[in-house]
Amino acid sequence: MKLVVNGKETDVTDGLTVSQLLIEQEVKMPDMVSVELNGQVLRRHKFESTALNEGDKVEFLYFMGGGSGAE
Amino acid sequence: MELSEQQIERYSRQIILEEVDGAGQEKLLSSKVLVVGAGGLGAPAALYLAAAGVGTIGIIDYDHVDITNLQRQIIHNTADIGTKKVDSARDKIRSINPDVMVRTYHTKVAAENISELIQGYDFVIDGTDNFPAKFLINDACYFEKVPFSHAGILGFDGQLITIIPGETTCYRCIFHSPPPEGVAPSCSQAGVLGALAGVIGSLQAAEAMKYLLGVGDLLTNTLLTYNALKMDFRKVRLNRNPNCPLCGSNPQITKLKDEEQAVCDLKSDVNV
Repeated sequence: MKLVVNGKETDVTDGLTVSQLLIEQEVKMPDMVSVELNGQVLRRHKFESTALNEGDKVEFLYFMGGGSGAE
Repeated sequence: MELSEQQIERYSRQIILEEVDGAGQEKLLSSKVLVVGAGGLGAPAALYLAAAGVGTIGIIDYDHVDITNLQRQIIHNTADIGTKKVDSARDKIRSINPDVMVRTYHTKVAAENISELIQGYDFVIDGTDNFPAKFLINDACYFEKVPFSHAGILGFDGQLITIIPGETTCYRCIFHSPPPEGVAPSCSQAGVLGALAGVIGSLQAAEAMKYLLGVGDLLTNTLLTYNALKMDFRKVRLNRNPNCPLCGSNPQITKLKDEEQAVCDLKSDVNV
């Protein structure tokens, strides 16, 4: 099926869950990724139980530090 | 406040802009911006805000200038190695623009002091390098209702978002809580391109100025991501999250607390 992953049309295996998509897309540090599905941020505990459908829009949002230590 | 002849001359290249003009310049001169972290992001942000005549600039940093900072933290010079970053930053700001009043805070931000630190500021620049600080700034700005620019950088990637607390998507709307300990790479481990910090820090300064002037469209409800290798800028639209633990409809966070988890192994490290 086709999804829109990070703005790009992407062919993926049919019926993937969000967790499986993270693996198939070779996301190296899934713990560092927040997932937005069709405009709503998905809680991490729902990654395994949420199945994706044709045409879904998925955004991987990465934790990013950087800057300077003030804490 | 009335602009002096010298001020009119100094700021002429932005006063000439319709969106700024004399009234906007006066607004900038009476504005207060707090820069948290005088590092890769805070350095360019503070320099541009100072040059533009933001009247009061607060700088928070507990650290001292190290030789490894100089590759990207352009507010610090070789001669500053070993000095407090806040002192080094203050000296450069004063030398660029004596109109600016600089307040320095040589301290770490924590739940016990952050509210007091941000009170009275019109806008906050988050230039910190670690997730507990980023969550703390987000939460404190929410409770104190101070708008801020969040940003992060790593390697060749950077991202930022402007947050108007209670009105637009906040950091916790996107990232519920800090990542598990040990999984987050730091700039000292993964490296970072100096010019990338300059790009993102400058964008933060531009957002602060737009907010202070009340012009243009702020980068709210939108995460701007940038990859320097591909020279790819992307805007990701992000709606407010009704399940946000801070600003959602059923908030679980009702007061400030320090996040337990220490991000990366930065505590023993110098700076990112």
